Amino acid sequence: MKAIYGLYSDPDSAQHAVESLRRAGVADDSISVLASQPYEEYEFSHRYKQTWLFWIAAGGGALGLSVGLGLAYLTQTRWPLVTGGMPIFAWWPNIIIMFELTMLGAIVTTVVSLLVMTELPTIRCKVYDPEVSKGKILVAVENPADGEISTLERTLKASGIAEVRMVP
Amino acid sequence: MDLATERKINEDLLRPLRQTSVWFFLLIAILGIIVLAGVGSWMYQIWNGLAVAGIRWPVFWAFYITNFVFWIGISHAGTLISAILRLVNATWRRPVTRCAEVITVFALMIGALFPIIHLGRPWLFFWLIPYPSERQIWPNVRSPLAWDFFAISTYLTGSTLFLLLPLIPDFALLRDQMMGWRKRIYAVLALGWQGTTKQWHRLEAAMQIMAIAIVPVAVSVHTIVSFDFSMSSVPMWHSTVFGPYFVAGAIFSGIAALILAMAILRKALHLEEYLHPVHFQNLGKLLLMMSLLWGYFTFAERLTTWYGNNSAEMAVFWETQTGAYSPLFWTMVFCNFVIPFPLLAIRRLRTITGTVIASSLIVVGMWLERFLIIVPSLATKHLPYAWGTYRPQPVEIMITVATFAAMTLLYALFAKAVPIISIWELKVGGHAQPVLTPEEQEEQRELWKARP
Repeated sequence: MKAIYGLYSDPDSAQHAVESLRRAGVADDSISVLASQPYEEYEFSHRYKQTWLFWIAAGGGALGLSVGLGLAYLTQTRWPLVTGGMPIFAWWPNIIIMFELTMLGAIVTTVVSLLVMTELPTIRCKVYDPEVSKGKILVAVENPADGEISTLERTLKASGIAEVRMVP
Repeated sequence: MDLATERKINEDLLRPLRQTSVWFFLLIAILGIIVLAGVGSWMYQIWNGLAVAGIRWPVFWAFYITNFVFWIGISHAGTLISAILRLVNATWRRPVTRCAEVITVFALMIGALFPIIHLGRPWLFFWLIPYPSERQIWPNVRSPLAWDFFAISTYLTGSTLFLLLPLIPDFALLRDQMMGWRKRIYAVLALGWQGTTKQWHRLEAAMQIMAIAIVPVAVSVHTIVSFDFSMSSVPMWHSTVFGPYFVAGAIFSGIAALILAMAILRKALHLEEYLHPVHFQNLGKLLLMMSLLWGYFTFAERLTTWYGNNSAEMAVFWETQTGAYSPLFWTMVFCNFVIPFPLLAIRRLRTITGTVIASSLIVVGMWLERFLIIVPSLATKHLPYAWGTYRPQPVEIMITVATFAAMTLLYALFAKAVPIISIWELKVGGHAQPVLTPEEQEEQRELWKARP
């Protein structure tokens, strides 16, 4: 992947860089911001905030509930054990199995969805710099046109003291 | 937070992973020997049969099931407390959460071993799992034991994922900061984490959902453990209060275990700058509330039994009040309420030392509580011809001691491989500055002061 990026020491400079890139006509989708922590108080971290994750988890919970009900019903009616004259299938004790599998469904679906949405695990070459883990904030433009590189370099450098690097 | 502070946090919290003292190896060796002795005792029991343990008719549940209930209770330290503090956005939680979540995972693993240790033929443990058997032997899926299987499996899966998800960004940090073979291992564990805004958002949303889901699961787990008892007609077990009583006891012992773990980590890994007196102060308040709740439940349970005056229940009642089990009962009351109450209620005494003393007593008291729920009721059932006694044997004592050593061993090894305080969450905690009155500022300065 080809990319040009700047490393900033503070989130204010990173925010300024993102705004400068937008003003220079770079599309939001082409701008990546990488940091070692979420900066909730800055606008650049509010992109991609909309997510279906809560609804997907609810769907996973509903699936778990169905599996729990099906498992309880099928096992108890397929291998009926009469104990103390109690009914073979009863709702009260089966609520426990249904509840546990509902929660398990929601939890597992959440984790799988998280991994899919964030493209983890990945071995694809992506823009990254180990300086990020030392606290620097990386603002990158992915796949820039050859003619734009010098303009982008100037824009990134103008936003505070930044080291500008290229991924060939 | 400036770059220098961020680097200092990285350095401080990665130091235990980079440097290993001779004391660490000594600790691991001692704990390893105790764990091996416990495994040896279990092998001895398997070879010679359950007769070498003290469990015999009518007391078939004793030390092992006490340990099962105790460790499942301790597991409530982590995920539940961490999830609640995350949901209420308690900012002071940040250095505490991972210490707590690790306790949950290891305590659950140890606790789940006990029903297997308790079996005469442990290699048939898979009979607990509802699966179609070609010999037409089918476990009763309506049994509370099948509920245990589903509840503990769900809680263990949820807690492990709840621990692992926020570890991914820290694994990425370790990937960048470590060298050699460790770098390669952490690179695999980091799953290619970059730290994009989208990844952070999705991770935080996932943690929020997990926190919402894990709280009712944690409550259900100990309620279901209590159902193992309350679904039977044994005197003093068949009680509707058992569910909440067990859950309150579990959270109580869990917080105590967390305070002990934090105090040891603070001293051993020199984390004084991160685990402040305010953390012990706040957890001490929670512990005080749980101590009062435990006292309330114990009183409610005893009063109802005494007022009902059922002869079978009163036999168990008097055994614990004035009979053979009374020394244990009153020790429990002193450990769980009488001594911790002033230590935690008086602000001047609610120091790190005060909370550690209270927590140590509570861990002992809660183990005794589990024992006193199980053994006197089984030893004094409805008809006097079915009465019996129980005396623990060396093999049971050794296995019990070994589980405490195993918990410490697993915890020490984990703290050696992974930062025991979530680095990225700690850094996020440095972002917002709360608005305080001058008096509050003075009080905060005192509480957040680093003391060696």
